[in-house]
Amino acid sequence: MSLVTVLELVPLLGVLGLFALPKGSTTLIKQFAIGVSVVDLVIAILMALRFDRGNSAMQFVESRNWISSFGIKYAVGIDGIALVLILMTTVLVPIVLLAGWNESENGRWSPRVYYALILVLETMMVGVFAATDVFLFYVIFEAMLIPVYFLIGGYGRGERAQAAMKFLLYSLLGGLLMLAAVIGTYVIATNQIGSTFDVTALSSLHIDSATENLLFLGFFIAFAIKAPLWPLHTWLPTAAKSATPATSVLLLGVLDKVGTYGMIRFCIALFPHAAHTFTPAIIVLSLISILYGAFLAIGQRDINGLIAFTSISHFGFITLGIFAMTSQGLTGASLYMVNHGFSTAALFLVAGWMVSRRGSSTIEDFGGLQRVTPVMAWSFFIAGMSALALPGLSSFVSEFLVLVGTFTRYPIPAIIGTTGIVLAALYVLLTVQRSLHGPTTPGNESLTDLNLREKIAIAPVIAILVIFGFFPKPITDVLNPASHEVMTHAGYEDPQPKAGK
Amino acid sequence: MLIAPQLSYALLAPILIVLGGALLGVLVEAVMKKGSRAAIQTTIALGTLVLAFAFLWRIHGQTSKTAAVNSVAIDGVGIFIQGTILILSFIAILFIADTDNFAAQASAVPGSEDERAAVQAGKQQTEIFPLTLFAVSGMLLFPVASDLITLFVALEVLSLPLYLMAGLSRRRRLLSQEAALKYFLLGAFSSAFFLFGAAFLYGYSGSMTLDGIASAISANAANDVFLLIGIVFLSVGLLFKIGAVPFHSWTPDVYQGAPTPITGFMAACTKIAAMGATLRIFYVAFSPAEWQWKPIILTIAILTMVVGGVAAIAQRDVKRMLAFSSIAHAGFLLAAVLALNTSGLKGALFYLATYGFTTLGAFGVITLVRDSSGEVTDLNRWVGLGKKSPLTASIFTLFLLSFAGIPLTSGFIAKFSLFTGAYETGNTVVVVVGVLTSAITAFFYLRVVVMLFFTDPKSDSVTVVIPSIMTRIAIAVCAIVTIVLGVAPSLLLNTAQTFATFIR
Repeated sequence: MSLVTVLELVPLLGVLGLFALPKGSTTLIKQFAIGVSVVDLVIAILMALRFDRGNSAMQFVESRNWISSFGIKYAVGIDGIALVLILMTTVLVPIVLLAGWNESENGRWSPRVYYALILVLETMMVGVFAATDVFLFYVIFEAMLIPVYFLIGGYGRGERAQAAMKFLLYSLLGGLLMLAAVIGTYVIATNQIGSTFDVTALSSLHIDSATENLLFLGFFIAFAIKAPLWPLHTWLPTAAKSATPATSVLLLGVLDKVGTYGMIRFCIALFPHAAHTFTPAIIVLSLISILYGAFLAIGQRDINGLIAFTSISHFGFITLGIFAMTSQGLTGASLYMVNHGFSTAALFLVAGWMVSRRGSSTIEDFGGLQRVTPVMAWSFFIAGMSALALPGLSSFVSEFLVLVGTFTRYPIPAIIGTTGIVLAALYVLLTVQRSLHGPTTPGNESLTDLNLREKIAIAPVIAILVIFGFFPKPITDVLNPASHEVMTHAGYEDPQPKAGK
Repeated sequence: MLIAPQLSYALLAPILIVLGGALLGVLVEAVMKKGSRAAIQTTIALGTLVLAFAFLWRIHGQTSKTAAVNSVAIDGVGIFIQGTILILSFIAILFIADTDNFAAQASAVPGSEDERAAVQAGKQQTEIFPLTLFAVSGMLLFPVASDLITLFVALEVLSLPLYLMAGLSRRRRLLSQEAALKYFLLGAFSSAFFLFGAAFLYGYSGSMTLDGIASAISANAANDVFLLIGIVFLSVGLLFKIGAVPFHSWTPDVYQGAPTPITGFMAACTKIAAMGATLRIFYVAFSPAEWQWKPIILTIAILTMVVGGVAAIAQRDVKRMLAFSSIAHAGFLLAAVLALNTSGLKGALFYLATYGFTTLGAFGVITLVRDSSGEVTDLNRWVGLGKKSPLTASIFTLFLLSFAGIPLTSGFIAKFSLFTGAYETGNTVVVVVGVLTSAITAFFYLRVVVMLFFTDPKSDSVTVVIPSIMTRIAIAVCAIVTIVLGVAPSLLLNTAQTFATFIR
């Protein structure tokens, strides 16, 4: 059995364990769930250590027959991109559980259900990044919606039921379009090479270009809803405003990455020609997302809405990096996914603590927090700086790589994209100024600073942001061979830099 | 010398056994005391179905497959569908045996003194059991009948008991009787269409057998107009039974008015039998003329999916909602008719089996949600059920998710295999419309989930009754099948694959 499978099974077994625990012991349930996620993290780290960086092929592969009459397999395996995303997932889960210690108590159901949902979600998040069978990927991609739906609807705030519904319907619509494309691809495969869903085998199909374009769109729309690209983004701000901080982190930090990851793994790998055809359109959409997200972020009064719109802007960057079709761009985009995961996590968690202390999520209600709660304010500040890609923090590296990678092939979009950075400075600094500095807003004088548990939760995130800001090599080393492989397979060579004068 | 026709009793045994069981049930009504009838009837009905299944099992590998002078074809599809109907009827009987659902005395005028007396005497119409068995025997014959006359006889045998059963509700009897009358009138109408179409087909081909019609079409024998009229009118009769638009208007009223266990039985078994016959007629008889009828069926399939999906959104009654959802599912199933290939057939068989279990289970859950005056089907009063009775609400949610085709439920694999079959023969349009309407249907299923789980219960007297042991078993079986076939569908898919053949 592959380590990946172990990684998937541990949280599931944890769910069984949760229901075996005695009733009425909420603290025990919380400790147990965190324990399970830490065990999973340890396994993931072991896996990362055993990962062969020089090898661009899939590693830790496992393949078993699942539904033989359609040639469907339980097939998993990871390359560098999948590895870093899985690592990010397994790091984030214990952190959000620890950070959101009390989130499960105001829900519609018991804390036990909350932790069970999160652990099931962890299994699926690992599975979705590791799946190398398109059908398996699709099943997890869709099934993942259910726990998130119940997490938003059952434990969220405000108009949570509506937000959950909107989220689910949007995703289902995209998913079903993708289903049509999956079926189409499968039928073509059956005619050419026999029933299979193996992603490597499928990438060798010969598809006529009209069909290929349609199939590409089926996949792409699903992914563009998931990693919201303008104009398919409207579910995200509602969901982010209603979900608990922990759910928001997992939703924006991990689940939405499935969209951008899917673009790399499926859209480009399976339909390279169609990807080429649609690249201009997608680049335009990415640029619109970057600017639109940034402008709306500037206008946001709700702190969670702000983070959601900054994410839309960042997803624009990620998509831009992917469809620049250069290996730097792709490495940058993959790195961006990880960094965005952590910086959003920091933002949502700190914002969540601010909101729960103040009882309001309107940015104007904060003010002067720097004096009252220095640790919380500093954490928010660093997270914000990471969101605006300040050099020295990890996001800078990825944003830089994305723009460089784009510039070598598409200079003008890269230049337009750069304005996104300026706007990012604007929305982050404005928010920091309004909420952290200036005179203390009445009502904020008695807010308490982060307690020990919260400090422990936020410390690793901040540490990761800083360490990989100065020293991104371990991650880029893992990513580079994989990005190169994807681009070579799709038939792209990196443009050679023109000789200087 | 007169030679007696070869009937092949072994192949007909399952049908004959069910008929025999039904007759035995009628005898029981005549000779047994009122008090002991229910238990005896339940035993007879269940025993008959098990016995019939055993006999079906004995012939499932047999090679000689036509019986009763070629008017019955016991082939792969026939056996699979018969088996499915027998198993599902068994579960349906378990729901029906929870006899609180049926009129005390059907002949008493609703609200009359007679009725009150009958209720007080603890009377119960136990005729429901033989009626069910009669209907089942018709359902067993319908999908294997391979000539037009046998088809028509089977259609009537399965329909007539259903008309009666739809009117036997214990509560809201007027609604139930109205449903029965509507069903009867429209059903009789559609039977007439069926017969009319059969006459034209005979006029066209000079043959009553499906095989003969196919050869006549291939030989391009005669007047095409006769063929077209024949196909259209025969299809009207079939499409009425499976509840396809525009012949669907009876479905919501009848589903709502009929006693809930009967609704479940109709929704599952009738649809399977009718779909089985439709598949046979189109695959065996009409397939050489596919270019003539494909545009019609394509239009109807799309209309059925869209109308079923959109109209369901507006429903406030859970039974009506499921009725429209069953219409949408009929539209999905028509994709298999369009597919005209083995994988489409395999998909349809798998779909029918899983859909049957999910449907029966869902209607079974509805029988449990009650207030002092009987079942509560108004969705607004289901609000907050998840809090009062988490298990029931979760199981119902499972069925809804399966209807919606969410992965890891049987409904997803079913939809996948069905659409794959349709796509293979180039029916891209129906696949795309199918997935898009799936999104629409998901909306109203999920709205129910929101009501169950995300809304606070009103102070209302709605409760979930503690189900009898039989109902409990039946719901549990349906729920387990729905999950198992979603996670490990291989066994049933392979079986469907082996059985996906018609003989001519």
